[in-house]
Amino acid sequence: MLQLSNLLKASFTSIMKNRMRSLLTSLGIIIGVSAVIVMVGIGSGSQKRIAKEISSLGNNMIIVFPAFSMRGGVSRGAGSFNRMTMEDVEAIREEATQVQYVSAVVMSAGQVVGNGNNWSTSVQGVDPEYQHIRVWEISSGEFFSDRDVRTLKKVAVLGKTVADKIFGSMDPIGQKIRIRNTPFKIIGVLKEKGQDARGQDQDDIVYAPSTTVLYRLKGDRYVNSINASAVTLESIGKAQEEIMTILRREHKIEPGQNDDFNVANQTAITEMASETSRIMTMLLGAVAAVSLVVGGIGIMNIMLVSVTERTREIGIRMSVGARGQDILTQFLLEAVVLSVTGGIIGILLSFGIALILNNWTTVNTSIGSGIVALSFTFSAAIGIFFGFYPARRAAALNPIDALRYE
Amino acid sequence: MNAVITTSRITKTYQIGEIQVHALRGIDLSVQSGEFLAIMGASGSGKSTLMNLIGCLDVPTSGRYYLDNIDVSSLTKNEYADIRNKKIGFVFQGFNLLSRTTALENVELPLFYDRSRRIKNPKQAAREALERVGLSDRMDHVPNQLSGGQQQRVAIARALVNQPSILLADEPTGNLDSRTSVEVMSVFQELNEQGITILIVTHEDDISRYAKRIIKMRDGHILDDSPIKKATSARQILEIMKEED
Ligand SMILES: Nc1ncnc2c1ncn2[C@@H]1O[C@H](COP(=O)(O)OP(=O)(O)O)[C@@H](O)[C@H]1O
Ligand SMILES: [Mg+2]
Repeated sequence: MLQLSNLLKASFTSIMKNRMRSLLTSLGIIIGVSAVIVMVGIGSGSQKRIAKEISSLGNNMIIVFPAFSMRGGVSRGAGSFNRMTMEDVEAIREEATQVQYVSAVVMSAGQVVGNGNNWSTSVQGVDPEYQHIRVWEISSGEFFSDRDVRTLKKVAVLGKTVADKIFGSMDPIGQKIRIRNTPFKIIGVLKEKGQDARGQDQDDIVYAPSTTVLYRLKGDRYVNSINASAVTLESIGKAQEEIMTILRREHKIEPGQNDDFNVANQTAITEMASETSRIMTMLLGAVAAVSLVVGGIGIMNIMLVSVTERTREIGIRMSVGARGQDILTQFLLEAVVLSVTGGIIGILLSFGIALILNNWTTVNTSIGSGIVALSFTFSAAIGIFFGFYPARRAAALNPIDALRYE
Repeated sequence: MNAVITTSRITKTYQIGEIQVHALRGIDLSVQSGEFLAIMGASGSGKSTLMNLIGCLDVPTSGRYYLDNIDVSSLTKNEYADIRNKKIGFVFQGFNLLSRTTALENVELPLFYDRSRRIKNPKQAAREALERVGLSDRMDHVPNQLSGGQQQRVAIARALVNQPSILLADEPTGNLDSRTSVEVMSVFQELNEQGITILIVTHEDDISRYAKRIIKMRDGHILDDSPIKKATSARQILEIMKEED
C-alpha cells in the first residue's frame, strides 16, 4: 500500500474538489446527530425535572380539598362550600394511625411591607409539621412551633425570593414586616427550592402559623386544604381511608351521600407525572429516530447519486496503476473524515442548541454521553458504509468495467 | 526474437443476458520491441477490446497473453496494477481524465501510484510531459476548460509520464483536426524513435500510414497483417503544411 499520509492527502484533495457533495454528505450526518441528541436531551431533561419536582413535592403526601358538593339539592362549585376546619385537622392528627404529619393550609395573598420595600406574594398559614410534609429546609433561623400556632403568634418564615426582595443582603431574622397592616416578626428563612412544574417560583412565599393567618388575617374559620403525609409509601392507601372515615364522621355524611371533600395522594400524582413524561420521551424518541433515518437517507442519497461518477473515477485511478487497497483506503479515509467532521459539528451544534434552550426557554435539556456516542456511531457508520461500499464494489471490477459503469 | 507482446488464441466473449457477443475469436499476435503498429478495422470489429486486453485493463475469456515473456494471466491483481502503472501507457478513446482536476494533476496521477518512486520529482516530470505534447500553457486548466484536442494531449502526457515501454492509444486522433492529428502522430513517431513500442487503433488510412505495421481486423479476427516498407514521416508532413500556410 502507498503511504497513508499520501492517501489521506488524496482524500482531502477529493473532499475539497467536491465541496458540494462533501457538504451535503456531512449535512446529513450533522442533522442526524444533532437532532437525536437534542430530542433525547429534551426528553431526559424533562424526565429529570419531573422526578425532581415529585421529590420536592414531599414525602408520601396526601392532599384533601373541599369538593364540589350537592347538599339539599343545591350544587355549589369547588371550594365555595369550604367546610374543612381546624377541628378536622386536629381529629386527623389525633386519630389517624397511618398519618405521620398533618397540616392545615390557609391561603392568603397580599402586600408584604418591610425595610422600606413592598412585595406582593402569597401568604400561607400552615402548621409546623408542614415543613416535613413538603420537605422545606431552613437556611437561617427556625420554623415556628406548635406553641406559636396555639397562641396565634404573629411570626413568619420567608421564602428566599421574598427575603431577597424585601431585605436584599440584610439578615431578615428578628426584623418586622407588615402583611395587610398586621406586623409579623421574621423568625426564619427557607432554603431555595426553585421553580415547580408549572414554572412557578416556589420560593416566592411567606409561611405563618395556620391559626394566625386564619383568624387574624382572614377572620375566617375554614381552611383551604389539608396536607398530610403517610407513615410509609405503602400505607398511603390506608392513611387515605382513615382520613376519609374521619372527615365523613366529622362532616356527618350519611352512607350513600357524596363526600364534600376530595382526597388526592402522591402515588396518583407521581403515576400521572411519570406516565406523561414516559409518553413524552417516547414521542421525542420517535421524532429522533425519524430524524436519524432521514439524515441517513440523505447521506445514502448523496452517496448513491455520486456512485457513477465515483466508479468512473476509480476506473481512471486503477487504469493508471492504483491497486485495490489504494482505492479502498483513500475512499475509506474520505468517508471517515466526512463522517467524523460531520459528527463533531453535529455534537457541537446540539450542545449549542441545548445551551440556548436551557437559558432562553423553559425547556430543560440534559445531554447524556450515551446518546452522544450512539448517534455519532450510528451516523458515522452510515456515512462510512455508504462512502465505502461503492468503492469496495468498484475496486473489485476490472478497470475497463469501472470506466464503462453507468 | 524479442517479443514484448504475444497473444495466443485470445478470445473475449461478452454475455448480455441470453446473447453471447464474440468480440474476439482467437487472436494470435506478436509485437516486437520498438514496433509501431496500427490496428484498423470497421466499428465493432474488436479493436478496442483487443487494446484493453493488451493494456491489462481487462482479462480474456480464453487464451494466453505474454507480456515481456511473462504469462499475464498468472499474475495477481496487484501485479496487474503495477504493470499498468510502469510498463504501459494507455490513451483512451474518451480521454478519461479526472474532472475538476487540473491538467498537471491529471498527468501526475500515475506517479502517485508508483511505489518504486523511480521518478524523483513528479511535478517536474508531469510538466515535461505536458511540454512534450505542447500544452505548457494549459497546465492549470481543468478538463472542461480544454478543447477535445487539448484533453487528448493531456491524456497522452499522462500515458507518457511514467516512461512506459509500451504506449497504447485507442483512436488517439478521433477528436482532432487533421493538423493536430499529424502533430500527435509526430509525437508518437518521436517516442517510437526513442524505443517505445506503440500500438494505435485507428480507422483513418491517413493516420495508419505513419505506422510501421498495419493490422486489419474484422469480426474478432485478424484479417491482414502487413509491414509498411517506409512509414511516412509526420514531421515532414508538418513542415509541408507549414509551407502551405
Ligand atoms: N462491455 C461490453 N459488453 C458487451 N459487448 C461489448 C462490450 N464491449 C464491446 N462489446 C461488443 O464487442 C464487439 C467489439 O467491440 P469493440 O472492441 O469496442 O469494437 P471496435 O473498437 O473495433 O469498434 C462489438 O460488437 C461490441 O458491441
Ligand atoms: Mg473502439
